[in-house]
Amino acid sequence: MGATEQRTMTLNMGPQHPSTHGVLRLILELDGEIVVKVTPELGYLHRAIGKIAEGLRYEQFVPYTDRLDYLAASINNLGYVQGVEKLMEIEAPARARYLRVLFCELSRIESHLIWLGTHILDLGATTPLFYCFRERETIRDLFEEVCGARMTHAYFRIGGVRQDIPTGFLQKVREFYRTFPSRLAQYETLITNNPIFLRRARGVGAISAEKAVAYGLSGPSLRGSGVEWDLRKAEPYAAYGDLDFEVPTGANGDVYDRYLVRIEEMKQSLRLVEQAAENLPEGAVKADAPQFIRPPREEVHRNMQAMIRYFYITMHGGSPPPGEVYSAVEGSKGEVAFYLVSDGTPKPARVDIRGPSFVNLSALNEMSKGQYVADLVAIMGSIDIVLGEVDR
Amino acid sequence: MITPRKDVGEFLPPALEAKFPGGVLEVLRSRGELYLRIASASLLDVCLYLRDEERWGFDFLALVSGVDWLGKEPRFEVVYHLRSLRNNLRVGLKVDVPDETVALPSVSGIWKTADWLEREVFDLFGIRFTDHPDLRRIMMPDDWEGHPYRKDYPLEGRG
Repeated sequence: MGATEQRTMTLNMGPQHPSTHGVLRLILELDGEIVVKVTPELGYLHRAIGKIAEGLRYEQFVPYTDRLDYLAASINNLGYVQGVEKLMEIEAPARARYLRVLFCELSRIESHLIWLGTHILDLGATTPLFYCFRERETIRDLFEEVCGARMTHAYFRIGGVRQDIPTGFLQKVREFYRTFPSRLAQYETLITNNPIFLRRARGVGAISAEKAVAYGLSGPSLRGSGVEWDLRKAEPYAAYGDLDFEVPTGANGDVYDRYLVRIEEMKQSLRLVEQAAENLPEGAVKADAPQFIRPPREEVHRNMQAMIRYFYITMHGGSPPPGEVYSAVEGSKGEVAFYLVSDGTPKPARVDIRGPSFVNLSALNEMSKGQYVADLVAIMGSIDIVLGEVDR
Repeated sequence: MITPRKDVGEFLPPALEAKFPGGVLEVLRSRGELYLRIASASLLDVCLYLRDEERWGFDFLALVSGVDWLGKEPRFEVVYHLRSLRNNLRVGLKVDVPDETVALPSVSGIWKTADWLEREVFDLFGIRFTDHPDLRRIMMPDDWEGHPYRKDYPLEGRG
């Protein structure tokens, strides 16, 4: 009899696997059913979006940002346009800033709904997905009404938003925030104390607060570990400084706490939607900055100077003075940031994008080591990645 | 409680200059943000100090950006975007890289995030990092030639 040999097994998960929510390949090293190591292989969706930006004028790049985290497109738009506004040293008017909050929070709820539905589906419960998609549909209808697009909005533009909301729109928003809490309560009855879910989620994929910070986790994945950090509070942008909301945190940093944080975040987002809608200031929705922003259409038809300006900006674009900014917003998955470098030309010299999913995914190995391979699906779902943002 | 944002533009550069003479090459303010150009020889010491010193506590590396200034000297620049979650501070550290033969020390021993962020800069710009635990391409295939984010990388005619 020879000595017993211990070997680990290497298993491929993906690139086509339902629970990776896109094209992601995980190379698993397994000791029986226990995960020894997870090595993510990325890049299947790499489009070099930052490189594309270098060939476009600042305003032309806005729709590309939709394609990062396409489940919460408006939040990406905001990170980018706020960065450009900072470079150009202009500020969006109050009404636009409130509308930005309104649509960002609707986006956040939408993104969390997708996460909730698919995460629970991965764990074997089919029902919540259909409910979540029903509510998501309402939000998408709201977006469609205001900008014509349901997923890739590009509604926020440099200096404000594309156009004002249509008449009667706020009434629809009101209907949404009146019905949604009871719907959310329904999901909670289905999931929060569900014994199967509890056993799949509690104590699984835990990461300590120190490690979460060291790995650069952000968003609900960071807050689930008990770190109170939210860019909407830390560096209040748009209209967040005027509005009242709380930052929910977890304690154990496991799949369950990340679940609780996101559920609570939806409630807080709803509060923000309500406040933004009820306190929406009157006035313009685009900044008055003749160097960078096109004049309103009505003026173009009446005023020669405005027409010239309109054409000039369309043909040449505005050139912010040389400089650099790091513009970050709190996305539905974490810190969405754009590092923009201007060399004084109408096109950016460099656009570097921080995709929170990319950074959060780098902690997957840390969270999964020593866990069952079946729980990997739960852990993956709980960090809520979007591959459009991982690969960029 | 998240503490309100503090601007360290007045305090951080002199503190660093006192602690690391010759380490800070340039202090830049851009649209209210603070960027410091650091000598690559002092990078690791400066980073460790910024992370561990109580009054700064830069515990969070948000992003590592490569920049290609083709036609200028030095050609490359690597920017480390740091945050202190504890004290709510922000700063950008810049390090010059003259060409691809010069490698930077990896900060992955200081912030775990740097592992993937530096791999991305390596992959897209071809800037190498010494003592990195796993310096492989991350976005492009392993056998890919060239570094797509460089300014002299052809935009069409490949593949």
